[in-house]
Amino acid sequence: MKNTHIITSTAQSSTARIRRIPFQKTWRLHVLLLPAVVLALVFKYAPMPGIIMAFQDFKPWLGIEGSPWVGWDNFKLMFTLNGTMQVIWNTLLISVLKIIFGLVVPVLFALLLNEVRNMGLKRSIQTMVYLPHFMSWVILGGILLDLLSIDGIVNRFLSFLNIDPVMFLGDGTWFRVTVIVSDLWKEFGFSAIVFLAALSGINPDLYEAAEIDGAGRLQQTIHITLPSLMPIMVVVFTLSLGSMLNANFDQIYNLINPLVLKEGDIIDTFVFRSFQDGQYSLATTVGLFKSLVGFILISGGYYIAYKWANYRIF
Amino acid sequence: MYYKNKSYRTFYYFNIALLIIVSILCIMPMLHILAVSFSGKSAAESNLVTFFPIDFNMESYARTFENPNFLNAIQTSVFRAIIGTLFGMAVTIMAAFSLSRSRVDFKARTFYIWFFLFIMIFDAGLVPNYLLIEKVGLINSFWALILPGLVNVWNMILMMNFFRALPKELDEAAIVDGASTFRILFSVYLPVSLPAIATISLFTMIGHWNSWFDGMLYMRSQEQWPLATLLQTIVVVQDFSKTGITPEDLELLSNRSVKAAQIFIAMLPILVVYPFLQRFFVKGIVLGAVKE
Repeated sequence: MKNTHIITSTAQSSTARIRRIPFQKTWRLHVLLLPAVVLALVFKYAPMPGIIMAFQDFKPWLGIEGSPWVGWDNFKLMFTLNGTMQVIWNTLLISVLKIIFGLVVPVLFALLLNEVRNMGLKRSIQTMVYLPHFMSWVILGGILLDLLSIDGIVNRFLSFLNIDPVMFLGDGTWFRVTVIVSDLWKEFGFSAIVFLAALSGINPDLYEAAEIDGAGRLQQTIHITLPSLMPIMVVVFTLSLGSMLNANFDQIYNLINPLVLKEGDIIDTFVFRSFQDGQYSLATTVGLFKSLVGFILISGGYYIAYKWANYRIF
Repeated sequence: MYYKNKSYRTFYYFNIALLIIVSILCIMPMLHILAVSFSGKSAAESNLVTFFPIDFNMESYARTFENPNFLNAIQTSVFRAIIGTLFGMAVTIMAAFSLSRSRVDFKARTFYIWFFLFIMIFDAGLVPNYLLIEKVGLINSFWALILPGLVNVWNMILMMNFFRALPKELDEAAIVDGASTFRILFSVYLPVSLPAIATISLFTMIGHWNSWFDGMLYMRSQEQWPLATLLQTIVVVQDFSKTGITPEDLELLSNRSVKAAQIFIAMLPILVVYPFLQRFFVKGIVLGAVKE
């Protein structure tokens, strides 16, 4: 009945009217969403009340209902403990440097790769530089521990050049450098994809006009390519601000060792260690601090990206 | 033209040389590990191996595959990759289809969008998540590796944006022909979305294969660990009791090459799907990432 009604009513109307056919009943759409909604409620929303542990002296055997309330004590503790301030500083330092290099290097790489006119060569380069992105930090951590050890292949190469061996993972400053460079090495190729896509979308007429006006390739890059990349660079940068307190647990946890704990420890590794030591409340508090700051940064980032570059994810 | 200019040509060759060096640097560590894994004891131990095996042999692989722990872990990883991907994609596709309807057709869309967006930008944190898994009784259960990850909001958004980019005429024609909502999803949307589905599936699969922390957190017994978790304790914590290598073996074998072999085995499935992935992913990523 319903179907015949739709057919007869559309048969009489113009094509413009067809667009306004109601999409049948919507209960089926709710049904399709049901699994996702239930899973999200159970595994994402249900843990959220657990953040009240940050205001308790939580004891697993007492549970959330029975543990004593301590108000803001855990937060006060977090901001007065020397260790946590050092951890927050390490996190900020490492992630901010990662964000900056993680923007500049992929853009540079995309610009340089864009100059390659041999398509076969271009593809081969892309195949090789995207590969590390797909490897986990367990695999890469294992490889780096081997390569960068005191008798590893990197130090052997350095000694061949008459340079003293470097404790890449055993010295605080070198550890930070290693973390930033290895993250860059893993991700720069893959991060360049979005810029390469933007580069291929630039109108070739612009370059032709510049050519006629006598602009060289460098001038074309400065006056055409970079301005065209600006919107997507703004988007990538503002969105990456959301990870300012996220220095990458997987990477640091798999590379860190007691020698560099002071310079290398980040919020996530600190949270996990406190959790393993049974300091549930402190771990929850520091984790909540990170989640809240992340929440503000991510929503702010999306808002700015939307306002400035008209970027929308949905 | 600018590329006939002499200084540009100099730049061009420098540039190509630089890019080739950089790309080789990206795969060199993997080649080194591969070479070490096939090398003999003395060469591996004294670190003489660079990019070609010395005293080629496959003992490390043979020993690794004789170790029941390792085989178990591979099995767990394969299962979780297959089951996690199948279920995850089903959940993602169904939800994405509903979310891809326009606000006019589906009034609740805005509510659902914010419902899912919120879990993408706010996370309860490690301890509350752990306590929940404990409360629902998933500690030591294989499903602890699957269920929490089934709702992947980012994949949902990618899929939704792909559906939204399909021509509206597709479902109009189907509605006129009397197809139900489910029919439209399965007979119209699914067949035309295969490239996007393949891309997201491969990413999900690799994510499962690489995932190690949940195994460590939720599985108390080593027999239930996925490969990535086992590997973590072998190569990072350097707990060699788990490699399954006996002291007698070590007279012939170096720990270093056994470790290298196990790392390489963990890399292998990714290397196998990589060529397929490459065909699709550029399109898929760009699709979700830059939506004007």
